[in-house]
Amino acid sequence: MTSLEMAPANTGPDGTAPLLEVRDLHVEFKVRDAVTKAVNGVNYSVNAGETLAVLGESGSGKSVTAQAIMGILDSPPGRISKGQIFFQGQDILALAESERRKLRGAKMAMIFQDALSSLNPVLSVGYQLGEMFRAHQGMSKKDAKVKAIELMDRVRIPAAKQRVGDYPHQFSGGMRQRIMIAMALALEPDLIIADEPTTALDVTVQAQVMDLLSELQREYNMGLILITHDLGVVADVADKIAVMYAGRIVETAPVHELYKRPAHPYTRGLLDSIPRLDQKGHELYAIKGLPPNLLQIPTGCAFNPRCNKAQDICRTDVPALVPVTEEDGTELVGRASACHFWKETIRG
Amino acid sequence: MGRYVVRRLGQLIVVTLGATLILFACLFVLPGDPVGQIAGSDKARDPAVIAQLHKQYGLDKPLVVQYGNYVGKLLTGDLGTDYTQGRPVTEILTPKMANTAKLAVFAILVDIVIGMAVGVLAAMKRYSVWDVSATFLTTMAIGVPSIVLGMIIQSIFVVKLNWFPLIADGSFKSMVLPGITLAIIDAALVAQLARSSMLEVLRADYVKTAVAKGLPSRTVLLRHILRNSVIPVITYIGISFGSLLGGAIITETIFNWNGIGLALVQAIQQNNNPIITGVVTISVAIFVVLNLVVDLLYAALDPRIRLA
Amino acid sequence: MTELVTGTGEPLQAGPAVGQQGAEPGVARVSQWSDIRHRFFANKLAVVGLAIIVVLVLVAVLAPVLAPFDPLKQDLNATLQSPGGKYLLGTDALGRDQLSRLIYGSRIAVIVGLASILLAVTIGVVLGALSGYFGGWVDTVIMRIADIFFAFPLLIGAIVIILLMGRGVLPVVLSLGIFTWATFARLLRSQILSVREMDYVHAAKALGASQGRIIRKHILPNSITAVMVYGTSNVGIAIVAEASLSYLGVGVDPQVAEWGNMISAGRNFMGVKDFMWTYPSLAIVVTALGFILFGNGLRDALDPKLR
Repeated sequence: MTSLEMAPANTGPDGTAPLLEVRDLHVEFKVRDAVTKAVNGVNYSVNAGETLAVLGESGSGKSVTAQAIMGILDSPPGRISKGQIFFQGQDILALAESERRKLRGAKMAMIFQDALSSLNPVLSVGYQLGEMFRAHQGMSKKDAKVKAIELMDRVRIPAAKQRVGDYPHQFSGGMRQRIMIAMALALEPDLIIADEPTTALDVTVQAQVMDLLSELQREYNMGLILITHDLGVVADVADKIAVMYAGRIVETAPVHELYKRPAHPYTRGLLDSIPRLDQKGHELYAIKGLPPNLLQIPTGCAFNPRCNKAQDICRTDVPALVPVTEEDGTELVGRASACHFWKETIRG
Repeated sequence: MGRYVVRRLGQLIVVTLGATLILFACLFVLPGDPVGQIAGSDKARDPAVIAQLHKQYGLDKPLVVQYGNYVGKLLTGDLGTDYTQGRPVTEILTPKMANTAKLAVFAILVDIVIGMAVGVLAAMKRYSVWDVSATFLTTMAIGVPSIVLGMIIQSIFVVKLNWFPLIADGSFKSMVLPGITLAIIDAALVAQLARSSMLEVLRADYVKTAVAKGLPSRTVLLRHILRNSVIPVITYIGISFGSLLGGAIITETIFNWNGIGLALVQAIQQNNNPIITGVVTISVAIFVVLNLVVDLLYAALDPRIRLA
Repeated sequence: MTELVTGTGEPLQAGPAVGQQGAEPGVARVSQWSDIRHRFFANKLAVVGLAIIVVLVLVAVLAPVLAPFDPLKQDLNATLQSPGGKYLLGTDALGRDQLSRLIYGSRIAVIVGLASILLAVTIGVVLGALSGYFGGWVDTVIMRIADIFFAFPLLIGAIVIILLMGRGVLPVVLSLGIFTWATFARLLRSQILSVREMDYVHAAKALGASQGRIIRKHILPNSITAVMVYGTSNVGIAIVAEASLSYLGVGVDPQVAEWGNMISAGRNFMGVKDFMWTYPSLAIVVTALGFILFGNGLRDALDPKLR
C-alpha cells in the first residue's frame, strides 16, 4: 500500500503538519472463529479548517475508521492490528487511555447518525450538554446549565431556556441532531467527525443541519471529517473526498475533480447512480451486485465482481493506491486511485 | 404525570372490585354452610341456632346484598368475622401479616443485593468464568421450584444439621431459612434480568456517545449504564415484593412460618371461609397496590413513559 | 452504528459468495426455518432441554408399559420400604410402589402442563388479537378484565377456583389456565400493536388485502414467535404450580400418583425416609429445567440478536 501523505498536498495552507493523519490503519473484528478486516490499510488526513468527506456504502469501513480515531471501537471483538493515528503531531494510539480520554470531547468530538439512540433517553438534554463542561472543566452544575442554554441557542433551538430540561424524545429529529452538534462543539474541539449526520433526516432538514455544521466549522476553524454515503450532501461541503470500499481507500480527490473526472469505476458508478433531471425517461442506473461479505472479500480488486471493466489482472492483483496524473504526467494534487486501469477510467 | 397517576388509581379500584367480585362469587357459591363449623357437628345442628347464626352474620340476606356489605366493610378495613373464633378477621390476620412482611423484606433485601451484584458483574465480565458460572447457577436456581428447594433446605439445615429451629417462632434465626429459600429463586431471576438489561444497555449507542464525549469511566458506568439498566430490574423487584407480601404460601408451609400464607392453607383445611376470603383479599389488594407503585416508579425513572 | 454485526457476529450480508464473476445478487437463499432449526440444534443446552421434554412425554405415554406396578395398588405388608429389591424406589405409607407412582406422575405433569397452557394460549391469543387489532373500547374492556386476573398471584387464584370446583385434574387445569391467559393476551396485544404499524402491513392493505387476511398472513405469524417462546417456558411453570397445589392439598386427589402429592407425603418422613420426597423432587426439577432450557433455546434460535 503506497502511502499518500508524504506529498506536501496534505499540509495546511501555512505548510504545517495536518491536524489528523491516519497512517496505514488496519482494524480487525473477531467473528466467532474468523477474523474480518474491516479496515485494511487506510491513509487519510485532515487539516484545520478543512472538510474531508469519506464516502462509501455500509461495510466499507468508514465508520470503523472513525471509531478507531476516537478510540470508541467495540473492543472485543474489534482491535486495531496495525497503523498509527497522528493527532496534532502526536501518535494517539501510543497514548495511555487516560490521556486519550482527555482528548475526547475536548479536542476531538464525534457526531453520530441516529441522534435518538445516541442520546441518553433518561437524562435531560441540558444535563447531557452540561456534562461536557462538568467533566472536562470541573464546572458547577449551575454554570454548566447556563452554558448548555447558550449552546442550544447557538445551534438555534428555539426556546432554549424553557427546553433545557426536556428529554431527547421530546425533540424533533432535526433538533436532536442539532443537540448532538452542540454537544460535539461544546468545548470547541479542533476536529469533528460527523458520522452520517443527516442520513436519518428529511431532505430539507438535512440542508439546515449541514449549513449549521459548515457555519460552525468556519467559525471555529475546525477540521471536519464527514462520513456519508450521500454524494449530494458532499458536493456543497467538502474540500476533498476519500472513497472507501471493502476496508480500503479506492480513490481520493479534491471535491470538484472527483465529480468532474472520477478515476475509479466505483466512484463512477456512484456518480452515475445519482438520478438526474435531464435523464428523464431513462432507466435508473445502479451498480450491479452487493457490497462484499467481509468474510469473503474477493481476491484481487475487491470491486471486480461488480465492475463493468474488470480484466483478469483485476481478479488476481490488488491494485495499489497510486497518484493520479494528467496524461502528460503533470501532478494532480491530492488525487489518487486504486485501480489498475485508472488512466482509462478517468477518461470516461 | 398527575393524570397518569389518577388514571392508574382508577384502574386500581376497578380491578380490585372486579377481583373481589370474583372471589366473593366463588366462595359464596360454594356448597357447604359457612357456619356449619360453629353450630357443631351434623347431628347436633339445631336449625334454630343455625338460623340465628345466619342472621347474626348477615348470611340470610341475598347474595348481592352480602357482596355489597362485604365491599362496604372492606373500605373500612373490616374483613368480616371469623366464625370459629368469633374475632374480626383483620385482628387475626394482622400479626400474621406482620410476619409475612418480615420475611418478604428479608428476602427482597437479599434479592437486591446479591441479585444485582451477580447480574451486573456477569454482564461486565461477559464471557468470563464469572459470567458463565453465574448464568449456569441462576438457571439451576430458577429450575428448582420452592417446594423442592424448601424441602431440601429444611432437610439439610434443620433436620440433619440442626442449625436452625424447626418451630418458627418469628425470631431472626428462624427467619433465615425461609427467607433464603424465597430469596434464592428470586435473586436468580433478578440476576438474569440485571445481566440481560445491562448487556443491552452496554451495546447502546448512547453509551458510545458518552465515551466519545470523554467522560470518565465512572460517570459513564453510573450515570449512563447503570441508570438505564436498573429500570427493568427495579420494576421486577417491586412486583416480586408484591408477590412475597401476598404470602409465600409454599415456603411458609414448609417452614411453619406463621404468616398469612400458612393461615390460608390452614383455613382451607378447616373450611374457614372468612379467613380464606380475608387472605385472598389482602393478597390481591397488596399485589394491585404494588403494581401501581411499580408503574409509578417506572414512570418516575423513565421520562419516555411519563412524558409520552 | 458499526457496520458489522458484532457480538454474536453474524456478518451483515447473507447470500451467495461474491467473488465469482456474475454472481447473482439479492435474494437471500437461506430459508427461515432451516436457519432456526440449525441455530437451535447448535445450542447444546437447548437440545438437552428438548431431550428432557421428549423423555417426559414418552414416559407419560408409555407409563403402563414402564411402570412395574399399579400405582394405586397398596401392599400393606410392605409399607415404607426403602429403595431396593422388589420396589426399586421404595414404597410409601400405604405400600404403593414409588417408582410406578413416579412414572405415572409424569402423566399428570404432561396433561396438566400442556392442557393448561393450551387453554391459556387459546384464550389469550384470541382476546389479545382482538384487543390489539381493534383497539378502542374492545381493547379497554379486554385489558381491564385481564388486569383483574393479573391481580391474583397464580397460586392464590388457582386455590380460589379449586375451592369452588373441588380437587382434581380438571379444576387444576382450568384454574391454571384461567390465571395465565392474561399474560399471553398482553403479550400478543403488544406484539400486534408493534407489527400493526409496520410498513409491510400498510403495503398489504394498500394492495387490497382483507382484514382477516392481514391478520392471518401478516400480523399473526410475526407476533406468534414471542407467544411460542413464552408458552413453552410456561408449561414448566404450570407443572410446578400444579405440583405445588397438590403439595398444599388443593390440587389433584391425594390418592392420585402425582409428584406434588408424593413430596407432601414424604414431608412427614423427612430425615427418616427421604427417598419418598427426593425422587419426585428430582423429577420436578429435571422437568422444570427441561422446559427452561428449551424455552431459552427456542428464544435464542428465533432471534439470536437478543442474546
